[in-house]
Amino acid sequence: MWDFCANAIDTARMRGATYADVRAMHMRQRDLTTKNGQVGTLAQSESIGLGIRVLASGAWGFASTDRLTREGVAACAAQAVAIAKASAIAKRKEVQMAPEDVFVDSWQSPFVKDPFEIPLDTQIALLLAADAEMRRVKGITLTETDMQFRKIDSWFASTSGSRIHQRKVISGCGIAATSFQGEEIQKRSYPNSFGGQHALQGYELIESLELLKHAPVLAEQAAMLHKAAQCPESTGTLVLGSSQLGLQIHESIGHPIELDRVLGEEANFAGTSFLTLDKLNQLKYASDIVNVVADARAEHGPGLGTFAYDDEGVPAQSTDIIKNGLFRGYLSNRETAHLVGLERSSGTMRTESWNRLPIIRMTNISLLPGSWNYDDLIADTDDGILMETNRSWSIDDRRYQFQFSTEIGWEIKGGRKTRMLKNPSYSGITTEFWNSCDAICGPDDWTLWGTPNCGKGQPMQTMGTGHGASPSRFRNVRIGTAFSE
Amino acid sequence: MARMAKTRNGSPGRHRGSRTELLPERELRRVAATVLRLAKSIGAEATEVHVDEVADSLTRFANNAIHQNVAECGLNVSIRTVVDGHTARATTNRIDEDSLRTAIEASLSLAHSQPRDPKLLPLPGKQSYRRVNRFSDETMKITPEDRARAVRRASDLAIKRGQVAAGIFSTGESQSVLSNSLGLFAAYRETHAEFSITMQENPAASWAKANSGNVRAFDPQALAERASDKARLAVDARELAPGRYTVILEPSAVLDIVGFLFYDFAATALEDKRSCLNGRMGKPLFGKNISIADDVYHPLQLGAPFDGEGMPRQRVQLVDRGVPANLVYSRASARAAKKPPTGHGFPLPNEYGEAPMNLVFAGGTSSVDEMIATTERGLLVTRLWYIREVDPYEKVMTGMTRDGLFLVEKGKVVRAARNFRFNQSLLKMLCNVEQLGPAVRATGEEAFEMVVPAMRIRDFHFSEVTKF
Repeated sequence: MWDFCANAIDTARMRGATYADVRAMHMRQRDLTTKNGQVGTLAQSESIGLGIRVLASGAWGFASTDRLTREGVAACAAQAVAIAKASAIAKRKEVQMAPEDVFVDSWQSPFVKDPFEIPLDTQIALLLAADAEMRRVKGITLTETDMQFRKIDSWFASTSGSRIHQRKVISGCGIAATSFQGEEIQKRSYPNSFGGQHALQGYELIESLELLKHAPVLAEQAAMLHKAAQCPESTGTLVLGSSQLGLQIHESIGHPIELDRVLGEEANFAGTSFLTLDKLNQLKYASDIVNVVADARAEHGPGLGTFAYDDEGVPAQSTDIIKNGLFRGYLSNRETAHLVGLERSSGTMRTESWNRLPIIRMTNISLLPGSWNYDDLIADTDDGILMETNRSWSIDDRRYQFQFSTEIGWEIKGGRKTRMLKNPSYSGITTEFWNSCDAICGPDDWTLWGTPNCGKGQPMQTMGTGHGASPSRFRNVRIGTAFSE
Repeated sequence: MARMAKTRNGSPGRHRGSRTELLPERELRRVAATVLRLAKSIGAEATEVHVDEVADSLTRFANNAIHQNVAECGLNVSIRTVVDGHTARATTNRIDEDSLRTAIEASLSLAHSQPRDPKLLPLPGKQSYRRVNRFSDETMKITPEDRARAVRRASDLAIKRGQVAAGIFSTGESQSVLSNSLGLFAAYRETHAEFSITMQENPAASWAKANSGNVRAFDPQALAERASDKARLAVDARELAPGRYTVILEPSAVLDIVGFLFYDFAATALEDKRSCLNGRMGKPLFGKNISIADDVYHPLQLGAPFDGEGMPRQRVQLVDRGVPANLVYSRASARAAKKPPTGHGFPLPNEYGEAPMNLVFAGGTSSVDEMIATTERGLLVTRLWYIREVDPYEKVMTGMTRDGLFLVEKGKVVRAARNFRFNQSLLKMLCNVEQLGPAVRATGEEAFEMVVPAMRIRDFHFSEVTKF
């Protein structure tokens, strides 16, 4: 692969590129699903190719190819340069890139059990067993399970001289039970909705989830939700479970801090951000107890945003995003770092595949643990609603106004979790919501959730991001609006 | 090696220079034939192979300049083998014989690892297809320089008007071959082009977008002017109280919200009891002015005339004057329901079955201007954004307005309004349609392209307002 990378770089230089970086990637994936006791999807795929980004005539060009021959790679590099020169027709300023050191390195994400080495029939048998546990519960009308494994090798090289090989192993798994009764569909998922939990781990992640233990519990909850009381419409105290809070972080902190959005580069598609440059170090984003970081380093945990180097060859870093409630940092790349006074990129350029241009993406955007014990937090809540497991999510294109609904809720009265509530939802304005946070649970209740399906960019790229969170409490939140229709 | 350097007859492989282009169809046929031959020799009872190739270019601009400009060219071979009631799929983008053999073996290994499926159908035999022509030489001829010049003109307009432009201009082509060991063979190719532009005039913005197989079907500069005019109108937006409003949804807004309804018309979705149509088929559900068909042959549609198993796509009348009348079926769901397959199945194996993908709404005769002129008080909606399902059976959807929301009073657009969040049942919404425009090919960001009209709808529910 290094020969192809060198070939691409040399050709780009020869054709007039002043800078070039190339990513060759080999991606392998396995997908397994079951539905109602039958195997659904059973598929394996691999894709290998190379993409090159060049700066020529002061403008960017990118081309990719799966034709990994000397001539195919050279044609691809030449095409990228030609595209860059065409870009210069509509250029307004010179590209300025923050300096970066040269790295020659190799890194592999840690895992215990290679999921591609675990027998397929073992994996299918586990899913079918979990499926059967859920179907045993009366009232369940649809059961679904899934597993997904990926192994990604990437080779990065640049005209600066960096040569970085990385290998990532990613696992994911989830189960769900749906109940249709009367004129209502209710659903429960474990350990999270929309595909479960995903992490930079091996098969040990699947084993740690204890699917067979949780399957009947969530199925019973799905059936019981039909008889539960409707979540009332009110303004009050909200306690969020950690997976729902992970998605809240993703939508109302992770996206608005992307500097490309802030600078208008996503204005036509993903949107912009209320976090204009004047707000850095000025905006009281959240209450004093809220601390959020963007941390791609392995020591943060095996998140979907963990790596050794980003796809611009910049080492993984930890950046303060919110410190004691104050807005402190954006996600930047080499081209935008200087606009926020940084001498170096914060290392967040990521690509979905060899045929996509790296763009600024979330890494692991995590709410750091607080000091509360979960039981104490519930006991300290006189009147509130606990909501768990996302069902729907929506936020405006500047990331101000949001609305979430969850699969299940519980009323909290006098410091005790009491009756189950169905169709819970809440809504608010980002900064008002985060400033109302008055309790965050500690490390024992903290989970680094994986969001495998974050869409951004044109052509659309799907990226995995990580979000550490523990159950937390918010005051004066608008509750129940989704069902006010 | 990802791609063979030479063609089968030994001539040099084509260099793909600054203009991306597809391989000749015969090369895809050759790959498919190689897979079927190898699979038989390895021991597959039956085999299906999809060979899909795409060559796309996309020029992206923001802040009145190109900031991303990309091209891709890639081919995938997806192989499904069948052995003794077992089936599975393996995909590769390498087309040398060793790689194809490895993929076939992976498919067989996956298939053997699962319990036997007594309901698994044999592969379909040879089919015949209606011809469609969705390939435009004019789209093929577009170069990176052509796209850059169009972006430059749009950006110059923005600068002249004190605005900031962002958007995309993309062109491309794709082709597919589907073949199986029982003699089925299907082939399709198309071109596609898209221009989308957001014009920002601080703090407002507006948007226009078009999509077609033929790049000459739209005028990028006219779209830029439209977005620019509406952005100027959108400045100084005022906050209105949430509540129920008469709305005039432009076609893109209609497309993006109704796009969430159509997976419910899959027979498998009803079988799984996850469709809002369970218990509602054959009964009046929408207004009598709502009729919807799935019709890949409509002149404004793109797409192949066959489904993921190679069955010919049929035109299906999904809703007839407000009554859900028919579902779409894959071969398996058709067998279970004792109905003929309609050609809407996804590639097997999968758990979703099928879906209509080429929606065509019956339109009316009212233009958007006429809708405005006959509205006492209401809101004109350019587009909707971040739409998600809140209640799957009542089909309550939430989302935001975006890029141009305007108050209409006494038949005139009087000013811009701040964006609203809606929580609205789609089922109720389609009971409240008062006027329909002519059906056009619409494109948005939440749903695939459809042929839909603008609509005037009463009592659309906005629950909250945002800050801009």
